[in-house]
Formats: sequence, structure tokens, C-alpha cells
Amino acid sequence: MFSTVNKPAERVDAYEKVTGRAKYGADLQFAGMLYGKVLRAKHPSARIKSINVEKARAIPGVWAVMTAQDVFCNEIGVIIQDQQVLAKERIYYIGDGVAMVAAESLEIAAKALEAIEVEYEEIEGIFDPIVSKESDPIHPERASNEVVHHKLRKGNVDEGFAGSDVIIEREYETQFVEHSYIEPEAVVAVPHENGSLVTIYGSVQNVFATRDAVARCLKADLSKVRVVQNHIGGSFGGKDEVVSAMACRAALLALKTDRPVKMVNTREESILESYKRHPYKMKYKVGATKDGKLMAMEIEAIADGGAYACQTPFVTWRSVVQATGPYEVPNVKTDTYGYYTNNVYTGAMRGYGSPQVIFANESLMDEMAQELGITPLEIRLKNILKNGSMTASGQKLDRHEVSLAEVMKKAAEAIGYEEKYREYSKPQRGDKRRGIGMAISFRGCSLGAEAVDGAGTVLSIQKDGSVYLYSGLAENGQGLKTAFCQIAAEELGIEMKHITFLEANTLISPDSGSTVASRSTLVGGNSVMRAAENAKRALSRFLAEEFGLPSSDLVFKENWIYTPDGKKLISFAEAANKAFWAGVQLSHVGWYVAPSIHWDEEEGRGNPYFTYVYGCQIAEVEVDMGTGEVTVLNMAAAHDVGRAINPEMLKGQIYGGVMMGLGYGIMEEVETDEGYIANTNFDEYIIPTSKDMPNIIPIIVENPDPDGPFGAKSIGEPTLELGAAAIANAIAQATGRRIRSLPLNLERVLLGHPLRKGRGKK
Amino acid sequence: MSNIEVTITVNGTKHRLMVGPKERLLDTLRERLHLTGTKEGCGVGECGACTVILDGEAVHSCLILTAQADGSEVITVEGLEKEGQLHPLQEAFIKHHAVQCGFCTPGMLMSAKALIDKNPNPTREEIKTAIEGNLCRCTGYEQIIEAIESATRALESR
Repeated sequence: MFSTVNKPAERVDAYEKVTGRAKYGADLQFAGMLYGKVLRAKHPSARIKSINVEKARAIPGVWAVMTAQDVFCNEIGVIIQDQQVLAKERIYYIGDGVAMVAAESLEIAAKALEAIEVEYEEIEGIFDPIVSKESDPIHPERASNEVVHHKLRKGNVDEGFAGSDVIIEREYETQFVEHSYIEPEAVVAVPHENGSLVTIYGSVQNVFATRDAVARCLKADLSKVRVVQNHIGGSFGGKDEVVSAMACRAALLALKTDRPVKMVNTREESILESYKRHPYKMKYKVGATKDGKLMAMEIEAIADGGAYACQTPFVTWRSVVQATGPYEVPNVKTDTYGYYTNNVYTGAMRGYGSPQVIFANESLMDEMAQELGITPLEIRLKNILKNGSMTASGQKLDRHEVSLAEVMKKAAEAIGYEEKYREYSKPQRGDKRRGIGMAISFRGCSLGAEAVDGAGTVLSIQKDGSVYLYSGLAENGQGLKTAFCQIAAEELGIEMKHITFLEANTLISPDSGSTVASRSTLVGGNSVMRAAENAKRALSRFLAEEFGLPSSDLVFKENWIYTPDGKKLISFAEAANKAFWAGVQLSHVGWYVAPSIHWDEEEGRGNPYFTYVYGCQIAEVEVDMGTGEVTVLNMAAAHDVGRAINPEMLKGQIYGGVMMGLGYGIMEEVETDEGYIANTNFDEYIIPTSKDMPNIIPIIVENPDPDGPFGAKSIGEPTLELGAAAIANAIAQATGRRIRSLPLNLERVLLGHPLRKGRGKK
Repeated sequence: MSNIEVTITVNGTKHRLMVGPKERLLDTLRERLHLTGTKEGCGVGECGACTVILDGEAVHSCLILTAQADGSEVITVEGLEKEGQLHPLQEAFIKHHAVQCGFCTPGMLMSAKALIDKNPNPTREEIKTAIEGNLCRCTGYEQIIEAIESATRALESR
């Protein structure tokens, strides 16, 4: 059926990466390059009384020392511009930059930072979003500490609870989580290069968001700032605002010194400064009839936004839409809130407001099943969304296959769920006890009603038949370049080896918004198809005329072009050459705008996403009752992706997502204590290693979506959002004890509560 | 403190260098010899991105002072490809999609090479142990392990 897509094509960037040739931000060198470093705050909440930089300026080899006074526009942010490039008078969190230097070497830069004298006056900080709700505003220009409040309303929950036979109320809590991309943030700013005011190279997740921030900071036209993405060493949502701030600083230093300036964070700097996944405190009340039909849900979720708004307004919006889980619930009242605190700020991380609510709603389903005396599988099958179902936001699901039953069935069969569930339900003796738990989800694809959802690709056929393309969306390590090349190759009927994918560059790529929300294959992939279709149409028209054909409806396959009746006409390369010399346009833009959606913020309902993906993960665990150690033995992960553009890359997403979910579930937590961060490197912030791997069974389910390129939808985030919930349910079965706060590490599993100071502090 | 004269052989080429007493092997490779394939991820020997082979052993080059490596032989990721021919591990990493963002890849390759140079027929558990010190946040390790298994088979059949 396909020649290039739906096949395990090799990654187009793999050769560079396995030979060490791939250049990442920290690998770049420019003539005359200086090294930039940032002096960070000493306290999480303080006023800066004075800064004296004179001694630092006097050090030989120091070319610039800058503070907030030297910043043209000091407030940046994608949604709300409240993030300081450098702290002006007030320190809002421990990662705030206070001053920065550019010097001949890192050693000189470090000396210069030590020579800067800062006098602080500590201010009592707020470190709990619930306290923050009632406190005076942290940001003086704002009326309150509320970053955002979203609501969702359906039916009448009072009536729903009145009609319920069983009602339970539970509270759940999640932790700060670090992205842990293995490459720390790195950029180089080069002043006055090829007509632009400043060019930023480096590990940038979203070139346009970073470009916008730098231009704003410099008070320059967007078209004067160029951001070029290099190979990026992982991002997971994490190299957005924090890298934008770094890019702003490097740009200021570069313009001040008129020399290229490189900034690279150490791991400690990265963990201190970079935004985290939001901790949530959630209250769920759910009612069901005695035969297990859900009647009502009332949900309140409070997110710790930390010092700056960052992505909190949109993260909590995804939570409000998806907080019930993938169930038909006739009466729903959900409120999500984000509050400022003096903790490290929180933003986008793979999942984006879903892992938190899924941990809660999937734990809740198992708790409700237990109350009702039915199995976790039964309660889900009775209530899941199906074709034609109405979601909590009032959206009728009638444009795509609602495949929850299918993903559940496939995951359950692959891991032997029902048999193991029965086995582990029997009383267990001894230190090692086993459990099996499932979690399911629906996830709105792409941005939804957060923003305009358009993307563009430029595709240019050369006169030898080779092709280059570039897009406004960017490789984040997930394989975007490869997937886009596969789509272009399929559509043009040529081999992938003839296609080159260029890096994202804001001065040539069409602004396509951000590479986020698992939207690239879906929205960006459609733009690649459009570009290829446009190029094909131009070539076909030319060839029809050239060969005197009655129709320009030609077939492109295997590097050749055929007439509709299957006659071999001309090779693709030869056609390109003829067309070029005949003056035919061979460079084409493909633009795609997602189908229209809407959200009524006042009423709390609407059609927030144009399509959804469905997934089920099932975890089988063994718990050591003597130590609290959890070993995840097996993990089945079934995901309906519409169409797998590259099944092997897709499996890579599943393996990686499952492991990240495992880390979220049982080991990872950024430990904060009154705004200070205790674990700032991988010796203390523990992420899964090869020794923590369960046997992972990836299951690809394909129900093509009418709006996806070749039917494809999303995979990046769905793989991560389910693991913690499934593991929590498995642990509850194994131990007979429900733990409602993440991570389920030794002390929580053994004792039911955290041990160390600052861990899960109320 | 004065500089120290050090002779090291990197990927078959002998270098005589004057290095500071605190210079890390990682910096020598990256900054002096421009071998930027070796990456820095944590600086404390936890992430493994800086793994190179020093006299046959996989080591964290962020924890080795260059002065300590005097007289040693170092192999970095740039030394795997020979006369345009990829090492079987590199080929297997490409074929098995063991690469995503690629930042851990050089270190992974060096840990894997150090393993199979000594133990040409490792079990899955031995592979997991060999790469335990190499953190990867993208792949979940599965396809990396498959690649190493496949490379050992390829080397065996040579």
C-alpha cells in the first residue's frame, strides 16, 4: 500500500549522531567567541538592595558585566510576560539570574561572578499554592496570585450525586519533575551576521518562541533576529522558556561586546533554573450507581505555577478538559487553578497537565471499582467513551474511531491481564508480592483551542531531482526530520535518500508555532503533504503539456512518473530537469490549518480538540514488602496512533515514554524545601537506567484519522502519561494499600509517607 | 601551578600537550583536539555522556585529569569509523533505531565497545550492566540493547 511511510526507515540524522559529527549547541566554535555566565540568586525570595559589578569589570579578560539595568526589555514570556531576563529588584525564585558576564574563558567568567557583590534583603516567600491563594500577590503588578482558573461544566453534579448509590472522595498529589534531557541548555549568540542583528544557534526546542523572546528583549523587529536550531540533546517540552531566557542573555552580551558569546549550563545550573512539571494537589469526588455506571464527578486541581506564569495557563487547560479521564460522565464540574509561588517555575513537560490528572482519575477508577466490588476492567468497560460518545466538555466523538475498548483488549491480552489480576487478587504471603494495574486515557491532539494551529513546509525540487525541505517545526530528537522526509518521499514517489531536511531557521522557515503538543506529525506532516502535492501538481501540468497528455493526473512512484493508465512516462529526475529548464516553479509552500475548534471559557465547554488518541498501559509489579522496593516486571503499552509513519521510531517513543512514566511513578522528585532545590544533579535526582527496565510490550493500533497525513495522529506524549497511574494501581493490588501521592518510592511504599525534610511537605 | 607535559594517543594519533594540572580529559578532547563527539551531561560521572575508552576501559572522561592519562591510549566515538567503514555497533545503532536525540549515543557506543572488546558474547543482562552508567532519556534503552545484541552477532559472523 505504501512505499516509504508505515515502514521502519532509518533516521536521516542517525549517521551524524553515531559518528560524533552531529554538532550540538556546546560543540559550536566561532572566531573571537566569549563565554557567558550568569550569577544566580542566593535566596528564593528576596529584594536586591544593591549590586556592585565594578570589581568584576576590572578583571582582565572580562568583556562585559550586565545587570537588569542593561536589558532593553526585561520581561518575557509566551503567554504572560512576567519572566525576568535578569532579576531587577526582586528575586522570585532560586534560579533567577542577577547579573551576567562575558569573558575570554570560563575560568575568568567564574572569577568575575565571584567578584560581583550583591546585597539582598530576604522576604518571606510562599511555597505552597494553597497558601498562595490567600496571600498577597508575589508579583506586585498583579491583583492576586492566581495565574489562571479554568472550569468545565456539564449537567448538574448535585443531581448526579443524588442519583448515585456510591460516592467516594479522594485527594491525590504529584511532585516537581525535571525533564532530565541529557544535554544541558546551550546557545551561542553571534552579533551582526548576514544582515541580522543577532543570530542564536543552539539547543532550542521552539525557534519561533525563542526568536520572539529575543526580539522583544532587544526591542528589535522579529525579522532582525535569527534563531537556528542545532542538533538538540533532548527536550521533552523543556527547552522553551528557559532557553529563550538564555538566548536573550547571550544576545545582550554579544551585542554589548560585538563578539559571539557562548552560554552553556552546568547540570546544577540547569536543574536550579529550568522549569519543571507542575506538582498538582487534586480533590476528586465521584458518584456511581451500584451497577457501576458513573453519574457525577467533581474535581478541583491546584497547580503550583512557581515564580512565573510560563505555560501554566495552557497546562491547566488541558487538565480541565481531560480531568475525568476517558469516561462518559453525565454530570461534571471541574475547576483547575494555577497559583504563583516562590518555587522553581513550572511549564511544559511531556504530558502537559495530563500525567497529574491521569494519576488521580485512574487511581480513582480502581478505588471506585473496589467500593463497588467489581474489577478495574469492568468499571472501565462500563464507562469508557465510544463512537458517538459525549465527552465531559460536551464534544461528540463522531469524526474518528474511538478505540478505547480495542487498546484495552490488546494490552490486556498481550500481558495476560485477566489471569494475572485473578491470581494476584488471592491472598499473598511472603516479602515479594505482585500486582497488576491498568490505566487508560484519551488525549486531545495538538494545541486544541490554546492557539491557532497552523504549520508550513517549504519543499524545493532541484534540477537533478533531489529535494530539500524545511519546516517551521523542529526536530527534538523524536524523529521529526525522518517522519517528514518519509511523508515527502511517499507523496513524490521518490526514495528518501534524495531528500534533505534542513534545520529550522526563523529567517527562512515559515512560522509554524511551537513543536509541542504531539502536533508535528499530524499538523506539520499535513503541511509536508500539501507542499509535495503542490510540487507534484506543477510538475504534472508541465508534463501533460510537454507530452500532449489528455490529463495531468499522473502517478508518481519508484522514482518514475506514470500516466494514469500505467505507462512509464519519465523518471522523476529527468522530469525535474526538463521542468527547471522550462522555467516551471519547483519550490512550493505547503500550509495546513487544523480543523476549527472552539472553547467557551465562561461556560466551560466546547469542542477543544479536533481529534483524540487513545491508549492503555498495564503494569505488572513486584513489591518487596520489607523494603518498599518496587520492581516493574512487565509493561504493555497499546496506543492508537491513527497510522504509524515509522513503526520503529514509534516503538522508540513507546519505550522511552514508558520509562519516563516509570521514573515519574516510582523514583523522580525534585526536592524543594522553602524554595531551595536539594537535588541538582543525577547523583541525587534519579532517573531510570537500563537496570530499571521492565519487559516492555509495545502495541501499535492503527485506526486512520480522516484529518491526519495518511491517517496519522500523535504518539509523543500519550506514551508517558499512563505509566505512573498503571504502576500505582499495580502497587495497590500487590500491597493492599493505596498511595495517593507520587512518586511511589521506597518510603512511601513502605511507610506510606515521605521521610526526608521538604519531601511532600504540606 | 605549572603546566604538565602529557603524551596521549587518541584514536591512533599521538599528541604531545602541555596541560594544566586541573584539566579534565573531557576538556582536552573537546577543546584542544576538537573531538566534540564526546559530550558533557553532568560533570560528576553520573550520566555517562562523556564515556571514552582509556586503555581498554570505559571511563567517564569528566572524572579523569588529562595529566593522569599520560602515556595512555584513548578511543573516542570519532575513532570507531575506520576508513569510511562504520563499526558494527554504529551500523547496528542506525539499523535498530537506537538513536533519538543522539546526545547519549557516543557514550553508549563507547561503553558497548568496551564491553564487547572483552566479552564478545554478552548476555542481555551483561549488556544492561555495561550501559547502566549511561543515562538515556529518549529511548528507554530497549533499541540500544537490541542494537548491541545485533552488533555482537555481526562481529561473530565476521
